[in-house]
Amino acid sequence: MAKKFELNEVEVWDGNYAASQALRQAQVDVVAAYPITPSTPIVENYGAYQANGFVDGEYVMVESEHAAMSGCIGAAAAGGRVATATSSQGFALMVEVLYQASGMRMPIVLTVVNRALASPLNVRGDHSDMYLGRDAGWIHLDAFNSQEAYDLTLCSFKIAEHLDIRLPVMMHQDGFTTSHKAQNVRPLQDEVAYKFVGDYKAVDDMLDFTRPVTHGAQTEEDWHFEHKAKQHKALMDSRSIIDDIFAEFKELTGREYKRVESYMMDDAEVAMVVLGSSVETAVLAAKELREKEGIKVGIIAPRSFRPFPFDLIRDELDRENLKAVVCMDKSAPGGAMGALFNEVAGALTSTENRPMVTNYIYGLGGRDFSVEEAQRIMREQKAHADAGHITTAIQQFSGVRGPKLGFFETRRSK
Amino acid sequence: MSRGVLATDKRGIRELGAEKKVGWDEVPDGVVLNSFDDRVGNVAHVRPEERPYSDFSSFTATVASWRVVKPVYNRDVCIDCQNCWVWCPDTSIISRDKQMLGIDYDHCKGCGVCVEVCPTNPKSLLMFTESIENEDALSQWPEKKKKEK
Repeated sequence: MAKKFELNEVEVWDGNYAASQALRQAQVDVVAAYPITPSTPIVENYGAYQANGFVDGEYVMVESEHAAMSGCIGAAAAGGRVATATSSQGFALMVEVLYQASGMRMPIVLTVVNRALASPLNVRGDHSDMYLGRDAGWIHLDAFNSQEAYDLTLCSFKIAEHLDIRLPVMMHQDGFTTSHKAQNVRPLQDEVAYKFVGDYKAVDDMLDFTRPVTHGAQTEEDWHFEHKAKQHKALMDSRSIIDDIFAEFKELTGREYKRVESYMMDDAEVAMVVLGSSVETAVLAAKELREKEGIKVGIIAPRSFRPFPFDLIRDELDRENLKAVVCMDKSAPGGAMGALFNEVAGALTSTENRPMVTNYIYGLGGRDFSVEEAQRIMREQKAHADAGHITTAIQQFSGVRGPKLGFFETRRSK
Repeated sequence: MSRGVLATDKRGIRELGAEKKVGWDEVPDGVVLNSFDDRVGNVAHVRPEERPYSDFSSFTATVASWRVVKPVYNRDVCIDCQNCWVWCPDTSIISRDKQMLGIDYDHCKGCGVCVEVCPTNPKSLLMFTESIENEDALSQWPEKKKKEK
């Protein structure tokens, strides 16, 4: 029986420590991990809890991230609660197995600490790894600070393991800006946290010898499509269950989460759509701009990147007063508009009011995103709104040195 | 439930999943396939022909469609040494109480390992083209070879 870990009402934790405490409280059966910066402390701390008797589960050391996720699938198929952590290059190596985990409907929790992808090699935070996994069939939740990293990791188990979902969940937080920034965190006591997550409910577990099952079957053109369709349906249908679980969490803690977080949107004339730790920067920038310059800025932050909250984004942006929206993508777009831009713009094609939408690529490789820069971009949106058309290129780069970089002009006059 | 153990019992006449092509809403989550239709306790002590294999088990479905040559078994020469049973990579040699019964053609891929490892003279297992009837194959069985001096 695992020892109880004494916790104060308020602890000072960074995002990594917060995530590792949530893993401990969920009493994970198997962690198979290959540590990588900046998520190393999550599994390092977990290893210490295991060695010191604070968890009853197994810690499996493996030879790569590919093996880590493979080990997680094996343990999940056997019938255990499973989690691991990774970042960046490790995430990239894991990608093949991520698709297998979701296709096999394994409720694995992966705590991802977002980091840039080489080349050039870089250990700092951006969303390249998050974007790399966005079509892998996982649920993606995004935490903007340490408290949320703790809360959402607990929620991730409950979401993944829900009998009507049974899909793996990634809990993202920003490398360094969240993972290594110590903040006040209000944790739950061990028994309260475990009770919220609940006992693991095994489904089709291979350790049930009276009912042998085959996992990971091959299907060709006659069956593959049906399985992928069903998997997509489960991912889409998880939306209302995620809402329910967030509501249950609010009941317990008073802390409210939504699939799309919105700030000051009621009277907003311009809006910024942004992910990760930049959300708090954007909110601060918007509040200041409202006070000092009277520009009505609102912020939208998808909490669940997958399933993409098409419905809620649309609800938030379909407002008569809203004229211009900027989507902030913290990942090199690789010859296209940023993914957030594309998806938000996609959601806006079916709205009554269609605000102008522009795209910024920002913060690559951990380049700082300042309040001042956020405000400059917000003022630019206000200029679009006043002019009645997009006054800049549709896609621009924020914070990069050298000549101004921009692509595509608008074809709309208003 | 009783099923035969030999190919002639036609136990594996189905292509896997070909009979009922259900829609996306009816396929199992995670492509999980049950071996049995019911729970089976102590399965190692239940003979294959007595287990409630499901349609998704390769026991009920044939997985031998790509075989072009087949081993034919000659009872008259066999000494029940069990070499073929040990070496067959597809558990397609059927033996009960250490007595060789024949080939499971629903699972045999025609690799010929059984023929290679057969120690009798002439061999008790020989490869023939898929289209030949087993009776015809048996009528063509070679004589015992004399040792060359």
